[in-house]
Amino acid sequence: MATRSMAIHIDEGRIRRDLTVRKAGKIGMILEPLFAYFFLWAPIIVLVIFSFNDSRSVATWRGFTLRWYGNILSGAVGAEARFSTELMLSALGTSLVVALIATLIATVIGTAVSMSLVRGNYPAKSLVDGLLLLPVVIPEITQAVSLLLFFSAIFDFVGTTTGVRISPGIGTVIIGHVVFNISYVAIVVRARLADMNPHLEEAASDLGANPWRTFWRVTFPLILPGIISGALLAFTLSLDDFVVTFFNSGPGTTTLPVYVYGLIKLSVSPEINALSTLMLLASTVLIGISMALQGRNAGRG
Amino acid sequence: MQQVGIEIKNVIKEFPARRGEEPVRAVDNISLQIYEGEFFALLGPSGCGKTTTLRMIAGFEEPSSGEIILRGKPVQGVPPFHRPVNTVFQDYALFPHMTVLQNVMFGLEMAGVNAREARDRAAAALEMVRLKQFDRKPRQLSGGQQQRVALARALVKQPAVLLLDEPLGALDLKLRKEMQYELMQMQEELNMTFVYVTHDQEEALTMCDRIAVMDRGKVLQVGRGNEIYETPHSRFVADFIGETNFIEGKLTAINGKKATVVLPGGVEVEATPDQTGTSLNSSVTVAIRPEKITLVHVSLPTDQGLNARVSTAEVMSAIETEEDRTFVPGTIIFSNYIGTDTRYTVRIGESSTLIVREQNFGNFKDITFKVGDQVMVFWATENARVLIQ
Ligand SMILES: Nc1ncnc2c1ncn2[C@@H]1O[C@H](COP(=O)(O)OP(=O)(O)OP(=O)(O)O)[C@@H](O)[C@H]1O
Ligand SMILES: [Mg+2]
Repeated sequence: MATRSMAIHIDEGRIRRDLTVRKAGKIGMILEPLFAYFFLWAPIIVLVIFSFNDSRSVATWRGFTLRWYGNILSGAVGAEARFSTELMLSALGTSLVVALIATLIATVIGTAVSMSLVRGNYPAKSLVDGLLLLPVVIPEITQAVSLLLFFSAIFDFVGTTTGVRISPGIGTVIIGHVVFNISYVAIVVRARLADMNPHLEEAASDLGANPWRTFWRVTFPLILPGIISGALLAFTLSLDDFVVTFFNSGPGTTTLPVYVYGLIKLSVSPEINALSTLMLLASTVLIGISMALQGRNAGRG
Repeated sequence: MQQVGIEIKNVIKEFPARRGEEPVRAVDNISLQIYEGEFFALLGPSGCGKTTTLRMIAGFEEPSSGEIILRGKPVQGVPPFHRPVNTVFQDYALFPHMTVLQNVMFGLEMAGVNAREARDRAAAALEMVRLKQFDRKPRQLSGGQQQRVALARALVKQPAVLLLDEPLGALDLKLRKEMQYELMQMQEELNMTFVYVTHDQEEALTMCDRIAVMDRGKVLQVGRGNEIYETPHSRFVADFIGETNFIEGKLTAINGKKATVVLPGGVEVEATPDQTGTSLNSSVTVAIRPEKITLVHVSLPTDQGLNARVSTAEVMSAIETEEDRTFVPGTIIFSNYIGTDTRYTVRIGESSTLIVREQNFGNFKDITFKVGDQVMVFWATENARVLIQ
């Protein structure tokens, strides 16, 4: 779709083309998650339906119940399930802590990166621009493994030089999440910044505001929807992440997706369906807000 | 008045080459002196470097070489927020997330003025531009109102210099005329230096004390409006400001303030030579404004025609007594009635044509000319100028 509208306008001058590219990018940014969710729908619908199934069996529908949701919260669990509310809540807690901290750091750095990409003027800019996309396009498993290698190299080095032994844990998980989240935040914020009239910052400067005050009084309020949108996206990705977390968490740190994975290895219980449905709900709401904020026009109240 | 407020010395601005392109020399070695309290215009066609010049004064761009001096102080490296200069942007650049009042207060807050005083001063500035919608957001205002907010926001800081980049460009004609008048009044009242960028020659002539005509990064001529209009030094300036006839010919004699130019077909005309000096027998252009040319019938009209503005006999006697006029026989080939004037196209000599504007005084149909009429065209020699091409 994007390429087709480009082909139509390609002869009509550069400005037109740039505008089209930008528009296509914007549409793409909204469509891309939609497509992803579309292909996820089929299995997910099954999962959601069976989370209300009044039967331990995953195969047949026996009527509606909220029992599994109750089990998650109350801990009253059937004999053969190994589900523990306590462990689940502790995993959820870890997930939230990781997601919050990683989002916070990634949002600050990602915003700064996008500022430097849009407003800055330095030789290596296009390189930085390209590198920014890397975590979005390379396979997550590659990212996870390379982070693992990176951390162990550093820990080895620290171990041999200082004798201090460090092992992976919540810190490495947070760093891993920050790494991929920076890209997502920067991409979302950059779109917003590129939309903003650059004369606004010049006007502020003209009226006596130094760069710091210009940022906080003019730029920041105008790109705030983009920043929030990026942060929500980062938060969701962080909450849902399994691969990077799994590879870099070490023994002690269990996030919710890792916990669910552990449960599934034993057996698929309806509680997992219910829990997954809740996670899905949370993610959808967060992404929905994020997209709504992205859709709002920059430069308008 | 004659104290220099802004001095621009040999300023060049070159933008670095984009991939596969030549570097752009947006401003090519310009020097200007703009006086305190002056309403100064930068006039030129699109892309001639007006905005770039303004942006260098404001501090958004640094010159590649040369120097800008504001009130005696070189401002190289001084960031915009430390310059005693405020700008009215072409697109107004109002802060969309702030109300009108907050927009105008912004500059005062940045200067550390306390909130109450800032509010009062902002309100006063808005009153001056006759705007009452303090609590609206910019997007709830019309173009003209936004323009006023932009003006108030820049004026409230009482800068030494106000830079205006085509501030009326987006307004319709009527509002534009009104705003022109208001800006002129305001400039006089505040006694501020205005540097006004426009590509509209009429606007520059109407509003400004002095005009710098720019083309392709260069300043071609600086002067008061009438100087530039009456004595353009180059074909570009003559052409850009107002309407001008250009007739090509060969310079055959210079006699003091009179140059003789022979047109194709052997017709001789007289004009004032350019100061820069023109060598004999070179190809030259004679520039003359359409309204400076007078037409008379060669064959005298009958009795009815004599109660015209000037009787033909009077004209003929004027022709005989005054020496500094040039007469050329011609033929009307086109006539175009445009209300206050009639524009005639007159062929003279072999291939030259002149546009002549005759004002439509009163109701004397007899003296108007018809296509095909044989006429005598004349002008005061001082009004025709020889330009080097
Ligand atoms: N940042 C920039 N990078 C590269 N080239 C530029 C830049 N800014 C301006 N130019 C070029 O410099 C030249 C002068 O531009 P400028 O904006 O000063 O023109 P202008 O006289 O204000 O024109 P207009 O009446 O259209 O506003 C143009 O050729 C323009 O393309
Ligand atoms: Mg311009």
